[in-house]
Amino acid sequence: MTAFLQIRNLSARLRNTGHRLLRSVDIDLPAGVVRGLVGESGAGKSMIGKAVLGVLPASVEIVEGEIFLDGHDLLRMKPAERRRLIGASTALIPQDPLTALNPSRRIGPQITDRLVDILGWTKERARARALELLGEVRIPEPERVVRLYPHELSGGMRQRVLIASAFAAEPKLIVADEPTTALDVTVQKQILRLISELQARHGTALLFVTHDLGVVSKICDSLSVLYAGKVVEDTTVDAFFAAPRHPYSAALLAATPRHNDPASSLRPVPRDVLDAVAAEIAAADAAWSRHG
Amino acid sequence: MAEALFQISGLRLDVPDMARKPLFGPAPRLEILKGISFDIPRGAVLGIVGGSGSGKTTLGRALVRLIEPTGGEILFDGQDITHLPDGRLRGLRRRIQMIFQDPMSSLNPRLTVGRIIAAPLCARTGDARVAEALDQVGLPKAFAARYPHELSGGQRQRVGIARAIAMRPDFILADEIVSGLDVSSQAQVLNLLEQLVKELGLTLAFISHDLSVISRLCGRVIVLQGGRIVEDAPTRQLFEAPSHPYTRELLDAIPVPDPSIRW
Repeated sequence: MTAFLQIRNLSARLRNTGHRLLRSVDIDLPAGVVRGLVGESGAGKSMIGKAVLGVLPASVEIVEGEIFLDGHDLLRMKPAERRRLIGASTALIPQDPLTALNPSRRIGPQITDRLVDILGWTKERARARALELLGEVRIPEPERVVRLYPHELSGGMRQRVLIASAFAAEPKLIVADEPTTALDVTVQKQILRLISELQARHGTALLFVTHDLGVVSKICDSLSVLYAGKVVEDTTVDAFFAAPRHPYSAALLAATPRHNDPASSLRPVPRDVLDAVAAEIAAADAAWSRHG
Repeated sequence: MAEALFQISGLRLDVPDMARKPLFGPAPRLEILKGISFDIPRGAVLGIVGGSGSGKTTLGRALVRLIEPTGGEILFDGQDITHLPDGRLRGLRRRIQMIFQDPMSSLNPRLTVGRIIAAPLCARTGDARVAEALDQVGLPKAFAARYPHELSGGQRQRVGIARAIAMRPDFILADEIVSGLDVSSQAQVLNLLEQLVKELGLTLAFISHDLSVISRLCGRVIVLQGGRIVEDAPTRQLFEAPSHPYTRELLDAIPVPDPSIRW
């Protein structure tokens, strides 16, 4: 069986400076699987999510590689077809629920925009679906909440609304871009549980972008560790946390706080590990430009 | 027990709830802090933990007198600063410094790092204290000529720390200073702070919603919920035997990077 999302040898760079952002990235994501994309800021983890959803900033160009969504080669489709395919089969759970919601519109219609605008549902049917979805993400009194504005909800409630809206059109793939970074730990736990419960029930493929390996260990099945736009380790969660193979991923794990073992945590990634991974990337770049 | 630098007793703060204000007459009061008492001994590192809306940031801001409490008492170094007017607070400001959560919005984007650190010292960028502060936070001297946008998140937060320690303060309030950073920079900033606390004998209050970053740095932790202290205990004890259900809930919610520990 081929994976629902296949990224092959994807490289991207900044249009004006030629600075490389993604370096020959390969990712497979079958239906029903949760894959974590982990790395420090600037490692390119959000960039991969954006490339899949076709929302890369204009300053970034894809140099080579393929992205297959359900077998369709996204980068070689007509833009209108590509938008329709992405709109119908994928969704995003963004990081900041306040900026992702329109402050001047009520919650209900915002959840079902996609159903009305892309799939052509009637407003009545969309409204019924919005109520059903709010129930599914366990928001009390859905009839009241659909009529509220975003500022009337707490951060956790807003994130639930965005989760409801992501699952509205039964997408095959969801990209979650640091969905809990803005929340405090107890709310984060509820939201992560909710996401993984809905993902399992709907059999959705989930690409989970985060810098927190603790979160990865709780909700992901597999993960890709990124450094400077290159996947340095691609493995299952169980194998990774038992023994990370790449020195950089091991260092990243040692930097993660663990309150049950403070002595072995919060160690910054050592200089020599960074130098080694930079050298590895420089060598790969040199080989790449010779071949290019 | 060392002498207390801060003594807080029965601290209260309420604000008018403008969302519920009737057309005529005063708005009802919304209680943010509901009678908080604790001491911070000189040289101690205190963690202040709580969920969003628990009042931890408000408590911090009341400590450094960015806001004036409505009740209770704050003694700083024996002096009552609860209702001290701005003019008389000015002399104390040098001794009480703050490091903010978001370095991008707390560093002036139009000033170089050198000027940012020199400004509260009323010094020139060439002042030896600027170079010394940069050195103490592990940044090269050449960084004095850079602008905040040229730095990474971790480096910006170091500049915030340098600005605070350059004043040789008695007390530093650090409000969620690592929550915007990724794990490696988080570890670096926490280790730096730990080292500076030892070297300079700082007294520090460290506000966070994340108990896991507090375990390393703080000797004692107070847990806030709904404007009240629900637990006040030495860090070890808090982690090993939390007495309040809310503390236990906070501890259980931390994602420990180990897939065998299920939620």
